[in-house]
Amino acid sequence: MNKQEANRKIVLQTEDLTMQFGGVVAVDHLTASVYEGEIVALIGPNGAGKTTAFNVITGVYTPTNGRVRLFGDVIAENKPRGKMKELYKGEDADAYSNRIVLKPHQITKLRVARTFQNIRLFKALSVFENVLIAHHTNLKAGVLRAAFHLNGHEEKMMAERSMELLRIVGLDHLADEISNNLPYGMQRRLEIARALATEPKLLLLDEPAAGMNPQETLDLMDFIGEIKDQFKLTIFMIEHHMNLVMGISDRIYVIDFGKQIAVGTPAEIQNNEAVINAYLGVAE
Amino acid sequence: MKKDFSKATRLILSLMAMVGIFFLLFWLEGQKSQYGMLISVMQKGVILSIAAVSMNLLTGFTGLFSLGQAGFMAIGAYVTGILTIPVDRVDSVYYVNGMSEGLKSFKETLAVLPSPVLVALALIAGGLVAAIFAGLVGIPVLRLKSDYLAIATLGFAEIIRAVIASPQLDKITNGSYGIKAIPGFDLGNGRGMLLIPFGVAFLCIGLIVLLIKSSYGRAFKAIREDDIAAEAMGIGLFKHKQLSFIISSFFTAISGGLLAMFMRSIESRAFQIILTYDILLIVVIGGIGSITGSVVGAFLVTFAKEWWLRFFDTPLTINGVQIPLLRQGFRMVVFSVLLMAIVLFYRKGLLGNTEFSWYGFLTWPSRFFKRKKPVSATPGEGGAGDE
Repeated sequence: MNKQEANRKIVLQTEDLTMQFGGVVAVDHLTASVYEGEIVALIGPNGAGKTTAFNVITGVYTPTNGRVRLFGDVIAENKPRGKMKELYKGEDADAYSNRIVLKPHQITKLRVARTFQNIRLFKALSVFENVLIAHHTNLKAGVLRAAFHLNGHEEKMMAERSMELLRIVGLDHLADEISNNLPYGMQRRLEIARALATEPKLLLLDEPAAGMNPQETLDLMDFIGEIKDQFKLTIFMIEHHMNLVMGISDRIYVIDFGKQIAVGTPAEIQNNEAVINAYLGVAE
Repeated sequence: MKKDFSKATRLILSLMAMVGIFFLLFWLEGQKSQYGMLISVMQKGVILSIAAVSMNLLTGFTGLFSLGQAGFMAIGAYVTGILTIPVDRVDSVYYVNGMSEGLKSFKETLAVLPSPVLVALALIAGGLVAAIFAGLVGIPVLRLKSDYLAIATLGFAEIIRAVIASPQLDKITNGSYGIKAIPGFDLGNGRGMLLIPFGVAFLCIGLIVLLIKSSYGRAFKAIREDDIAAEAMGIGLFKHKQLSFIISSFFTAISGGLLAMFMRSIESRAFQIILTYDILLIVVIGGIGSITGSVVGAFLVTFAKEWWLRFFDTPLTINGVQIPLLRQGFRMVVFSVLLMAIVLFYRKGLLGNTEFSWYGFLTWPSRFFKRKKPVSATPGEGGAGDE
């Protein structure tokens, strides 16, 4: 594994990533790497700061301290500033000097797509439109050309690709349905299809199996494997379903109260004492 | 699958309707002594429909609740008004302070243009000035959400009105005296009083519809539905909100310019907040998120307010008994009650967020009567022209 890793490109790397809200440290010195073609899971008990870590990576929040690199380029970097200087509880406050903040849409353009823990579809729009909209980020035509419909070829390509994506996720027969009317599992699939429409290289899945029954979870596991191969993706996901996590991940990061407590292959994590303690509590 | 006619059928029906409307307008123009009231109400209706559709672009399609319409209409009206007053009337209009020399000589150079070209240029100029203002105001204001945005834009509209009426601008806007002698709709042969506003409205609304159907329109809708998800899908929130705000303001100002030509004389008091409310009312009645709804709403509200309900304003005596309540102003009471009824029974406006469809329109009577039979258990849907 280690030898393999050395040859592979690092897609995503966080260095001392810290996110502090007031006095609460949600993510504490998270240093993680995701290699090309891997499926990496981020697990931890509720409130461990997993989604916050995702939000920092995708630009929703600016980190308090630390750095995020994507394909080697810095997409976020910050050090405690202003009021945070006194409040900051971590170390390495002077390790980073630049302030680099990219907006979520700029990070999406760098080929990172995500789904949300609580599904965020464009509810009143059709299944087809949901996927079509995600193609907008790669649109070449300007407003005037688009408004006068002079980019017919581009529009046609976008529509074809959207249909193709829907076919892959198995929702093409529901293309005209209002997305909010879909059953829960299908909404999750649609959200993944929509994320794929932005043509990502790195896909961040925030609890893709939340609310699914065991059978649906198994289907999802196969599905994630399929799209990973088909679209040559690297996948970084948050998940609670241990069957899914253990069955599909190449490596797992475990965090608790924002701090990274373990990293390793599924087999290593299953036998890690710190992880067991975090989930089950320490025996007195 | 949605039931609908084939594309060709719809196209033929639309073309027929357009030709029909054209000839109706053409015929009506020739009968202006007989149908003066109808013509002026139609003019006002179509002018407000442009403003309503532009507001819908912002509120219904981008999810930005702005109340700056009156301000942008004022900009459009004043720019159009100032540019189109005939040069020989300038001195009599600006009789108190006179017009600034630079502006006057600029108007003299423009006077060589034939009047329809001048009017078109003036309308576009009004739109552009409003768009520039929208671009500048949008930078701070569009970072606000929902009600805060509404209040900020409302404030902006009031500032515009106050600035226009301020004595410092006497030589340009004629301050609080207003602008008179604005030429009306005229193609030169006494024609055009309906064809001009309807033609401009057709162009403006057509452009907005094209924009909404483009990829940018879909991006606007995504922002309306869920801005966090939209941003995560790579749609730059600020850029797209700004775009929608600027385009909406451009067309709102064109509507304001037409309003100036309709009223022939304008003053800043005509662009108070009440004008914004009128447009908001049309948008809500027609259906937030429905272009055709806004157009239907504009005509319905204008017709009801200015014409159909006039009856309630004239005191009536039958057999020596004066009918109570019928007096000046009662019309507005009835109007308000009707509005409440519409909002109660058509909660999402007349068309909801669907668009007019020929199928829905032509089969509406049969569905309406079917609905009343107890046999069909399916509950009827809200809109009149729903699909």
